[in-house]
Amino acid sequence: MTPPPAEAAIASAGLAPAASREETPLRRFVADFAESKVAVGAFVVFVLIVLCAVFAPWIAPQDPYDLAQLDILDGRMPPGTMGGAGFTYILGTDDQGRDMFSGILYGLRISLMVGAGSAFIAFIVGTALGLLAAYFGGRTDTLIMRLVDLQLSFPSILVALMILAFLGKGILNVVIAIVAVEWAYYARTVRGTALVERRREYIEAAECLALSKPRIVFRHLLPNCLPPLIVILTMQVARAIALEATLSFLGLGVPVTEPSLGLLIANGYEYMLSGRYWISFYPGIALLVTIVVINLVGDQLRDVLNPRLRK
Amino acid sequence: MMTAGLRSLLLAAACSCAMAGAAAAQNLTIAVGAPVTSIDPHYHNLSPNNAMAAHIFDGLADTDSRARLVPGLAESWRTIDDTTWEFRLRRGVTFHNGSDFTAEDVAFTISRAPNVPNSPSGFGIFTRPIAEVQVVDPHTVRIRTRAVYPLLAVDLSNVMILDKETHENATTEDFNSGKVAVGTGPYRFVRFAPGDRIELERNDTYWGGRQPWQRVNYRIIVNEAARTAALLAGDVDLIDQVPTADIARLKQDQRLNVSEVVGLRIIYLALDHSRTDGSPFVSGPNGEALDRNPLKDVRVRRALSIAIDRNAIVSRVMEGAAIPAGQFLPEGTYSHVPGLNPPAFDPDGARRLLAEAGYPNGLRLAIHGPNDRYVNDARIIQAIGSFWTRIGVRTQVEAMPWTTFIARAGRQEFSAFLVGWGSSTGEASSPLRSLVATFNREKGFGASNRGRYSNPELDRLLEQALATVDDEKREKLLQDATRVAMEDVAIIPIHIQKNVWAMKRGLRHDARADELTRAMDVRPGG
Amino acid sequence: MTVYLIRRLMQSALVVLAMTVILFLGVYAIGDPVEILISPEADQMERERAIAALGLDRPLWEQYVAFLGNALRGDLGRSFVFNEPALKLILQKMPATLELALAATVFAIVLGLPLGLIAGLKPEALYSRVIMAGSILGFSLPTFWVGLMLIMVFAVQLGWLPSTGRGPTAEFLGVQWSFLTADGLRYLIMPALNLSLFKISLVIRLTRAGVRETVLMDYVKFARAKGLSQNRVIFVHVLKNILIPVVTVTALEFGSTIAFSVVTESVFAWPGMGKLIIDSIYVLDRPVIVAYLMIIVFMFIVLNFTVDVLYSVLDPRVRLQDQKA
Repeated sequence: MTPPPAEAAIASAGLAPAASREETPLRRFVADFAESKVAVGAFVVFVLIVLCAVFAPWIAPQDPYDLAQLDILDGRMPPGTMGGAGFTYILGTDDQGRDMFSGILYGLRISLMVGAGSAFIAFIVGTALGLLAAYFGGRTDTLIMRLVDLQLSFPSILVALMILAFLGKGILNVVIAIVAVEWAYYARTVRGTALVERRREYIEAAECLALSKPRIVFRHLLPNCLPPLIVILTMQVARAIALEATLSFLGLGVPVTEPSLGLLIANGYEYMLSGRYWISFYPGIALLVTIVVINLVGDQLRDVLNPRLRK
Repeated sequence: MMTAGLRSLLLAAACSCAMAGAAAAQNLTIAVGAPVTSIDPHYHNLSPNNAMAAHIFDGLADTDSRARLVPGLAESWRTIDDTTWEFRLRRGVTFHNGSDFTAEDVAFTISRAPNVPNSPSGFGIFTRPIAEVQVVDPHTVRIRTRAVYPLLAVDLSNVMILDKETHENATTEDFNSGKVAVGTGPYRFVRFAPGDRIELERNDTYWGGRQPWQRVNYRIIVNEAARTAALLAGDVDLIDQVPTADIARLKQDQRLNVSEVVGLRIIYLALDHSRTDGSPFVSGPNGEALDRNPLKDVRVRRALSIAIDRNAIVSRVMEGAAIPAGQFLPEGTYSHVPGLNPPAFDPDGARRLLAEAGYPNGLRLAIHGPNDRYVNDARIIQAIGSFWTRIGVRTQVEAMPWTTFIARAGRQEFSAFLVGWGSSTGEASSPLRSLVATFNREKGFGASNRGRYSNPELDRLLEQALATVDDEKREKLLQDATRVAMEDVAIIPIHIQKNVWAMKRGLRHDARADELTRAMDVRPGG
Repeated sequence: MTVYLIRRLMQSALVVLAMTVILFLGVYAIGDPVEILISPEADQMERERAIAALGLDRPLWEQYVAFLGNALRGDLGRSFVFNEPALKLILQKMPATLELALAATVFAIVLGLPLGLIAGLKPEALYSRVIMAGSILGFSLPTFWVGLMLIMVFAVQLGWLPSTGRGPTAEFLGVQWSFLTADGLRYLIMPALNLSLFKISLVIRLTRAGVRETVLMDYVKFARAKGLSQNRVIFVHVLKNILIPVVTVTALEFGSTIAFSVVTESVFAWPGMGKLIIDSIYVLDRPVIVAYLMIIVFMFIVLNFTVDVLYSVLDPRVRLQDQKA
């Protein structure tokens, strides 16, 4: 559905000089994105990582979550050792005899699920509430912002402990805990930006046209608030993964028999001083690479999506 | 310029090192893993607090590193009849503020210990058997118990003696601030920073002889890796609760010494004995509900026990810092049962037993445990889960913080769960009474019997033992009771922990079975 | 302004009230403090005594009413663990945490702002890419892991800095601070750096993003066209514009730094209130948890208020009154 001409004019005033008419937005987007070779490379690596995670059961030599396949006598083997089960532990094993390579592949799944899932849900919840607060002001604003205050004042550990007490342990509950901790950041940021944007001419113009409120909020206000949010989103994916690792470190994360990358790192942490670096090091590298490529892609996305950076 | 700056920096570093070296001869810095919560010796009955109290205060009796009773402020004691004990007190002992130690102080202490306001874990459990304290003369006290109570002297070794004049109306806060933190012990109190450190100074007039350390800095570093790092960096002289992962490396390090001893803490699995028709986390091989609780069948319990390779857990998970257990106490302690060995690892036998009990296709089960309480707790239950899964008992492993774990365990929500028990007195009556005796409020039995095991024969033997003054006869009865519990697989013992300390070379440490970390056990030389 | 202030205060009081209710229910749901604090050797009678001694034998609503009554008189209760007033315990430990968080914030601004500026002005340059890559490390590495690495390198291997703990302190304004002594500063460096890693990265990214947007704006182009010097353009026009998000986030992060200092404090055995709260949570020391969170909420309210005031100073378009819908 094409917007009415007046609205389109407002939108482009607030957004960007309109793209040349011959290109579809998607094509334009892809071309812009491909401008950076690094970003394309990162995207390829990211896709590979996601594929590894998705097809982990077919790639991994061992199902690290099946306790019957773990042999404690194979515990803490250095990389390259031949195990009792007849295959080589190319990245060594942890204290339970879990093949680190398999563990990393499976752990990647959980970390990506937790990281992307919680960051995305928090993004949606936080942005929606922040926009509402900024646009409607008054009581809505007060209510939402006090809720944000309340939320930001609770240490995540306490939130996680309480959620654990009510719901029990599990991946979903970790996601809920992280969303509960992170949404307020989006809300606070989007409100700050939106308060500024709200007073810009194009919103006033849109109001003069008597457009519906949801339309103004989502078609006009939101796109202009997006750039800082995308910065936060890409960072929050990383932060959510790291937060999950910290929760695991404090004993509150995912189940011990189904370790995420964070839990693998936290488990190996105790072995760092004793020279058995591989238990913590390789999952650390995997985590690092994942987060770096997410951010490289995110950076380029932000530049492409940010109308004000277009020359 | 760059080099000049660097040189002066190096020089400064060298100076500070030299100074630290000179000071080190007199000072001792200890880093412990468990926080001391109070200086008041009667406020919170907690191992770290009791370890700290032993520096500043003394009890009538004390225990040595092997948990054997030795004289303290009482030189000797004897029983006059079945219920009357006479303690002869040491003469010429003074408190740090100069006040004399007399029999009145003992009577005062016994009246104060159970009555500290707001105490979350009081010392009343040690004084409750006492009916009357009689001051015979300034250096003789007679204590009458309500019933025959052979453990009186052992119990009283936990109660630190305070001064009647100084501590008559003293509050816990007065102790923590240092106002009344005076005892008869080898060290004087200097400063208490909760959650951070306690500073002590030598008591030059200690009745037991002068200590080698002028000042003791007792630091609390809860994080295990940080504690080890602090020792490696040379910031502390001695650490306790050495992480099992680091023991091998620290032993190899030329600059360090490691001391260890088999402790008194058993790690075991408790099982749900309370329900007859099904247990919450046990189901059939395909997840179907069962109409009876398989854990009530001794064959199932035995199968679960022999399915565990205890040697593998000790060598792999604990890295040697434990010994496999088949009963509550290690060899060499009072009431250890000779010949009652750890169950042998026998997965085929376990499968047979399961089939005999009517579960040829196995079971499903969930095992619960804490992840922040005992050494490697979450790793142990994972390993057990793996052993059980291999005999056809598909096991789901759930580790959680002690906070939530213990509340749920106390409500009997679990079917099989990992817990530990430290018999600080080094005697089987403690675990028998708390862990496997039938839950009974009046008798004070089974207070930690969270699986609600009950066996009348065991109860009878235990009650008989607790009323027997003769040490040899009592030991026999306790051994019989232990045997009954183990043969019936009331609990599944896994291992007994070793207590491990690490220190700078040049220090000698007498490792204690009761896990307490005290400056008195550290000497220069060695 | 006054109306705004009063209204804000009343709202905050409601927030605090709601929070105490949640906490009472939450702690109750998690477990029983007596189970955790009591000696394992205690029998049933001793347990009952301890429960009564801590006032936990009464119904929850009665405990809550008693708490409210005392709180109105300024008494937030006594710690179950330490048997000392909860407020006193927290205030004793507050300077250590404040000092740590402040030092971390200083690190974040002193390192983050210039690095972000550099990366923003020349986004294609190699050093800019290095800075950005470094900032990714800053928020992707788990704090506890970096903390241990710092200790391993600077304390164990090189021996330059003390491994853990807080150094000697000196008194200022009646409070003990460790940054006033040379040795105290050495103890402060590693934990502060550890805590600030995330913030440094955040400031770098925000500054860079802001600079890149701002330099393309018309008024900056005009300023350049007017022939203003490059320095003046950057420091007056560009910097002023990007300060808003940086101020917001730094201030916000200051609060959360305090709330999140838990991990750093436990890795470095830093005796602050973050360590106190995590210990208290693990033993369910409710009076301390409640008192701590009341203080934190209070600090957040003050901070948010300050941020709003700073906003109106930095950006006249934002007014302090509540907006009408």
